[in-house]
Amino acid sequence: MNYASFLQLHDELSLLALIVILLIYDTFANEAKMRYFQPIAILLFSIHTLLNCVPRTSFEVAGGMYQYVPMLTYVKTILNVGTLIVFLQAHHWLNGASSIIRRGEFYFLTLSTLLGMYFMMSAGHFLLFFIGIETASIPMATLVAFNKSNHKSAEAGAKYILSAVFASGISLFGMSLIYGATGTLYFNDLATALTGGPLQLLAMVFFAVGLLFKISLVPFHLWTPDVYEGAPTNITSYLSVISKGSAVFVLFTILIKVFGSMVHEWQAVLYGIIVLSITVGNIFAIRQQNLKRFLAFSSISQAGYILLGVISGSAMGMSSLVYYVLVYGFSNLAAFGVIAIIENHSQKLNIKDYNGLYRTNPKLSVVMMFALFSLAGIPPFAGFFSKFFIFSAAIQQGFYVLVFIALVNTIISLYYYLLVVKAMFLTNSDDAIAPIRSDLALKVSLVICTAAILVIGLFSSIYNQINVFGFGM
Amino acid sequence: MFDVFSNFSSGIIPMEAYLLLSLVMFFAGIYGFISRKSLLMILISIELILNAADINFVVFNRYLYAGHMEGFFFALFTIAVSACETAVAIAIVINIYRNLHNVNVDSLHELHEPESEQ
Repeated sequence: MNYASFLQLHDELSLLALIVILLIYDTFANEAKMRYFQPIAILLFSIHTLLNCVPRTSFEVAGGMYQYVPMLTYVKTILNVGTLIVFLQAHHWLNGASSIIRRGEFYFLTLSTLLGMYFMMSAGHFLLFFIGIETASIPMATLVAFNKSNHKSAEAGAKYILSAVFASGISLFGMSLIYGATGTLYFNDLATALTGGPLQLLAMVFFAVGLLFKISLVPFHLWTPDVYEGAPTNITSYLSVISKGSAVFVLFTILIKVFGSMVHEWQAVLYGIIVLSITVGNIFAIRQQNLKRFLAFSSISQAGYILLGVISGSAMGMSSLVYYVLVYGFSNLAAFGVIAIIENHSQKLNIKDYNGLYRTNPKLSVVMMFALFSLAGIPPFAGFFSKFFIFSAAIQQGFYVLVFIALVNTIISLYYYLLVVKAMFLTNSDDAIAPIRSDLALKVSLVICTAAILVIGLFSSIYNQINVFGFGM
Repeated sequence: MFDVFSNFSSGIIPMEAYLLLSLVMFFAGIYGFISRKSLLMILISIELILNAADINFVVFNRYLYAGHMEGFFFALFTIAVSACETAVAIAIVINIYRNLHNVNVDSLHELHEPESEQ
């Protein structure tokens, strides 16, 4: 056994070191030193992001149990940047009276879930995958229940952990059937061992439940609105972007690498799931009053769009999927950032409360509008280009009807995104939310998001760069 | 179906008997998850599902792929992970109890769809 090969896991090792440093700092620092905890944590995490953003050549560790492909560096960097933005947005909230003593835990738990996602994405064996997905979801439940004394947060935590463990239990049963049918759990061996027999089909469907749950696609979406509403807003944004983005990427790689021989079967399953997710997500979003629930349903339908990249199964599908996650991440983080700051200052979360927001908070309203337009896919913003690429990836594989349904749903989604924009800009209100002074960290995060929404779509080099390492069947 | 049980007299338990057991545990867990009203009973039902999968791993390894250890190790890791899950879930259930003074699922009704406007 060559232990030196473990040193190749740069991303995981540096993140683990970061977690340990922050844990020791949090445990032993006194009150005066804890004032610098958040800036130091953010700084160290930025260094970690920068150190690991250059793609390397592919390699395998521990006989194929850990697999690295260059695309992973891009996905991990996207997740890192997203997490960094969440940290910047959470800075103000964590300094509030109720959460100041738990600010260390927030960073520690968030980075632990991120470490789990790293392992989940690089797994080449179902054991590492299972440990990764559980490391990602167990601390997530504690994050959802972060406001211990708040009923909604506690309830959301219970709903999240019970459904998460239920889904992973079914997924685990699927893995055991895969093992029974083939006698191996290495992805490399399974690619040839799986032939598409009835037991293997059942195993695949059971297995997929765990990931589809994490992506919150329609038959498995029922936890999403409740948990999104109950969790603290910054954690909701983490849940909707980082957790979802990593799970989508893993779903793609596992369906291609492991279940490549059953491509027609899983394409049929995904076809139905995509149509249901996009449609149900859109229809339910229309009737929501609470903005967090509203964005929960919007993220369900967005997940449906992302799966268009998975169902195409080509190299272009992979690149457009990563590109979509990048753009969706920035747009959603911008929207949640605005919601979080307004909730922190005024406790208001309903669409009606946003009436006349433009008069009092013009900058926040404009950022929110950009984010919603990008989510809806209106041309100058990045969301249009990500939708364009993912639709063309699906068209290339001949899914004309599916893309047509998705296009019709884009128009429906425009209606409810514009409802929020209308409330902010056109409706007048006497008791509009008072002007808010946001702190530096939040300003930086919103500027990054806005710049990304405006710029990413206009520079073709970003998509081309991702496209270099795309892989498919 | 019945020849599964005809071998019992010979002292060898056939693999199908174990698989039947794990299948029953799995679906009992799913039924319990859906029908139970106490959060703790739901948690126990989930444990049944996880343990059913563990039995599968061990039995497949023992009967079909006796030369390897993959299934045994998978089961060991799964037991550890499910212990973590249970620990966190019980912590969250205790937190629910502190907030609401019971652990009944019916009392978790604060998060719900908006009432329709009619």
